[in-house]
Amino acid sequence: MFESPTIAEFLAQSNLASTLPATLLVAWTLLLVLVDLFAGDEREHWTPLMACLGLGASFIANLFVYAPATDQQTALYGMFIADAFTGFLNIVILVATLLAILMSWDYLKRAGIHRGEYYILTLLSSAGAMFMVAANDLIVVFVALELLSIPLYILAAFRSIKNDGSELALKSEESGMKYFILGAFSSAFLVFGAALVYGATGTTNIPQILEIVSAVVGATSSATFYMVVGTALLIVGLGFKVAVVPFHMWTPDVYEGAPTPVTALMSVTAKVGGFAALLRVLVTALSALALAEGEAAAWQTTVSIIAVLTLVLGNFVAISQRNLKRMLAYSSIAHAGYIMVALAAAGTAGAADSAIQGALVYILAYMFTNLGAFAVVMTIERVDGGGGNIDDITGLARSRPLLAMAMTIFMLSLTGIPLTAGFVGKFMVFAAAVQAGLFGLAIIGVLTSVVSAFYYMRVVVNMYLRDSNGELVPALETIYVRWAINIALAGTLIFGIFYPLASNLVSMVSIA
Amino acid sequence: MDVTGLSLTTITLFLPMLGLAILMFMNGETQRENLKWVAFATSLVTFVASVLMWVNFDPSTAELQMVQRNTWAEVSLGDSVINISYFVGVDGISMLLVLLTTFIMPIAILGSFGSHIFAERGREKLYYIFLMLLEWAMIGVFVVHDLIIFYVFWEVTLVPMYFLIGIWGSEERIYAAVKFFLYTMAGSILMLIAILYVGNTAGTFSTYSAGGDVGVIEMVHTHEGAGTYWDAAEADAEDDAGFLFTSVESFLFLGFLVAFAIKVPIFPFHSWLPDAHVQAPTAGSVILAGVLLKMGTYGIVRFNLNLFPEATVAWAPTIAFLGVVGIIYGAWVSYAQSNVKKLVAYSSVSHLGFVVLGIFALNAQGLQGATLQMVNHGISTGGLFLIVGMLYERWHTKEMADYGGIWKVMPVFGGISLVISLSSMGLPGLNGFIGEFTILLGSLGSDFLGFAFTLFGTLGVILAAVYLLKMFQHVFMGELKKPLKDEDGYKLRWHEIAAYIPILIMIFWMGIQPIVFFNMLDISVDSIAALFVR
Repeated sequence: MFESPTIAEFLAQSNLASTLPATLLVAWTLLLVLVDLFAGDEREHWTPLMACLGLGASFIANLFVYAPATDQQTALYGMFIADAFTGFLNIVILVATLLAILMSWDYLKRAGIHRGEYYILTLLSSAGAMFMVAANDLIVVFVALELLSIPLYILAAFRSIKNDGSELALKSEESGMKYFILGAFSSAFLVFGAALVYGATGTTNIPQILEIVSAVVGATSSATFYMVVGTALLIVGLGFKVAVVPFHMWTPDVYEGAPTPVTALMSVTAKVGGFAALLRVLVTALSALALAEGEAAAWQTTVSIIAVLTLVLGNFVAISQRNLKRMLAYSSIAHAGYIMVALAAAGTAGAADSAIQGALVYILAYMFTNLGAFAVVMTIERVDGGGGNIDDITGLARSRPLLAMAMTIFMLSLTGIPLTAGFVGKFMVFAAAVQAGLFGLAIIGVLTSVVSAFYYMRVVVNMYLRDSNGELVPALETIYVRWAINIALAGTLIFGIFYPLASNLVSMVSIA
Repeated sequence: MDVTGLSLTTITLFLPMLGLAILMFMNGETQRENLKWVAFATSLVTFVASVLMWVNFDPSTAELQMVQRNTWAEVSLGDSVINISYFVGVDGISMLLVLLTTFIMPIAILGSFGSHIFAERGREKLYYIFLMLLEWAMIGVFVVHDLIIFYVFWEVTLVPMYFLIGIWGSEERIYAAVKFFLYTMAGSILMLIAILYVGNTAGTFSTYSAGGDVGVIEMVHTHEGAGTYWDAAEADAEDDAGFLFTSVESFLFLGFLVAFAIKVPIFPFHSWLPDAHVQAPTAGSVILAGVLLKMGTYGIVRFNLNLFPEATVAWAPTIAFLGVVGIIYGAWVSYAQSNVKKLVAYSSVSHLGFVVLGIFALNAQGLQGATLQMVNHGISTGGLFLIVGMLYERWHTKEMADYGGIWKVMPVFGGISLVISLSSMGLPGLNGFIGEFTILLGSLGSDFLGFAFTLFGTLGVILAAVYLLKMFQHVFMGELKKPLKDEDGYKLRWHEIAAYIPILIMIFWMGIQPIVFFNMLDISVDSIAALFVR
């Protein structure tokens, strides 16, 4: 029944040019495998350098492909979509990966686990995230998710390649294993959800689902049932990836055990990929999934409940954490909650655009701030794994004033104090929630950010208001880490002070 | 009217940032002696700029003056576009409070010259940077007329104050700083939701109209048809008991009010204040009492009254009642204190109760008195905190029982302290009297409050005399209990005298010639009071 297409047709349908940022990164990574193989030990710095160049090349390609921001085109026979949403999140992913690589070199050397594969896996994972934000088909969502996740499983366990039986190596191994098992488990949910949606609609293509869904829901009760259950399973599967309550259990252990730069990377790219897919699937494909005429989308209540649980649990449990990485892990759960607030708001038809824009700005702000915070934590960590507790940063303002200032700004941004990027993100998310009429959700959101102020401020208290008992905090930072912190700091402040910048960047985004 | 050109308001607002930038580039170690001079000079220049604003200020109109409005961002919410604009300008109320801010700031900086806190904790550079940041944010709060930018300035004041208390405060500083931060943030963040709702409904965040764009206040006041601007359904707002607890306007009113009530603080939201005041360094206390608390009462006048007139009327007796409770309770608790700094702190609760009472009298006298009382309280309580700070620098104790007989060894200082105490208790001829008297006059003539409010308010004036005289007696009269080892300590230093002279001038000037300040306020206040004429 299939006629083989002509070359011209094939090229037109493939539209490979618009996939360039992602495909270029994959190709570059494959090349990097060879480079790393032949470069040899004395030229081991080639691999990270080339990795950074690859990110740069992809970044430039991204600027060209997405230059007309309103332009929207599909590629690879409609499975891949290149629009402003993709372009924006590509930039977020690329910058996050760059910062993570800048953080890694020194860390890996210190820990004695420097291997070229590390960078290759990092790039592959980011390429997966880039495919995920462009996924226009449930199959692609799944494949990209695996491309994103599998390298991360290995990276999480990367410390155990130096098999010295130390607690750190064990924890890292446990982290990778845990992440892998739960990741595989959640993928199963995702695939089953996709299958049910396919069963009800007969397609896995996101725009086609949108066209069919309202007809399907009214038609037969069994089709409605499949749609609702399928949607729920999709939310569960992606919920694991973005670590929202009650699918968050793996997060603290995995974040704590993984090497710190890997934690930083996965706290951003995995969430970006997961949320991009959630937004595309729920807002684009299933926005018409309303159980009664004129109602908000059926998943809105579910997402709202998840958001509330995530905000409350993430913020309250973070209070009791003494280990900074665990604290940041719970805080990242809480931040997923804020993005879920935006997602819930997107369920109301009139508010969808502003909610998505809010979510994107929030993700951008979170990326800079969170990576910055992890970079600071990394510099004060010791090789034996000590030094990562909240008491260990006592008096940092005296020993390392600039580092302490940067950390303070990151903490203020995570709290959402004005003049930092975090505020702009929160402002846009809550504006969308208010517009969608979700006042209860907005109020819970702002109140939990007061709770979050408590534990973020405790970091500042320890750095500035307490004096260490004579012992200065040993901070190991090389030029690369310093650059990572500087870039994160600049991003946090620039997007915070020049508010229009962020909102202009996303003003063209519309996927509803 | 050219609204996009650079206005004097902008210049005044950003002068502290200039000082901050200079401080940033100075070396905290080698140029340590110069830091305070840069901060002091900046605050003086800012003061001069604000006086220039006053010279240019035309008191015969209620319109905003020296306006600048530039579109800052356009938020697209669905099919509507909401403007966020950089929108500054002053009316009489703003003008007076800007002058108060720029007046208090050099005094607070003089008050920290040669303070023991730098010997103990160091980091002078950071200290002055935070003071400059604080001044910028405080002026911003008083001149900005865009709700989002207002919120930005409002929240930014938290950060420097948090550090001022936390780094340079006394023993319990960390507890006090964290409590201050969390308490005030919890209040203000609910205001953010209310602000977003207002912007979403009105389609703009500008409160006043400028350059052809209609602001929210005008929309509210020109609303025609059934109900109010906020609730079309609640037709009979004034007599409906359900209005208080079900209407949107009432919720919005409360959203703003909680933020302001915590800052003021209105009883029962005051528990952060004694901690923050007692632990803060002298300059911190002076600014906290002098300006930061006024942001709350200013917010009520500017936003609650203007944006939600019907809810204001509905809630007026309740809030005024809390104000009166605050007057009595603050005075009562103040009397019971043995810690002199705590005594002054609780006196703030009492004095700001008067301001709240005056505001919710909802007539011209009440509002004028309240605004003037904000300034009076800033000057006299700021002065009292300076006195406490000077005593602490010399005797290193805050317990009244340790003092006594200071007038004998420091006669000039005793005299100054007496005048400031008398001003704070409202002696006729000094500034405190004018404010409190006008407030009581307003509450007596109010259409919304009963006679009992005035009665109990007046009681507060008497109680103020009781606790302040108690303080004065314990500290300054009687026998000298703890002579200083070094007799030189009895001498007033030049920067201490320099800090008191402007305070004394203002105390007498405002007491003897209040008409100057009333004139500034008259028209602006009338335009608000006109909303509440029955």
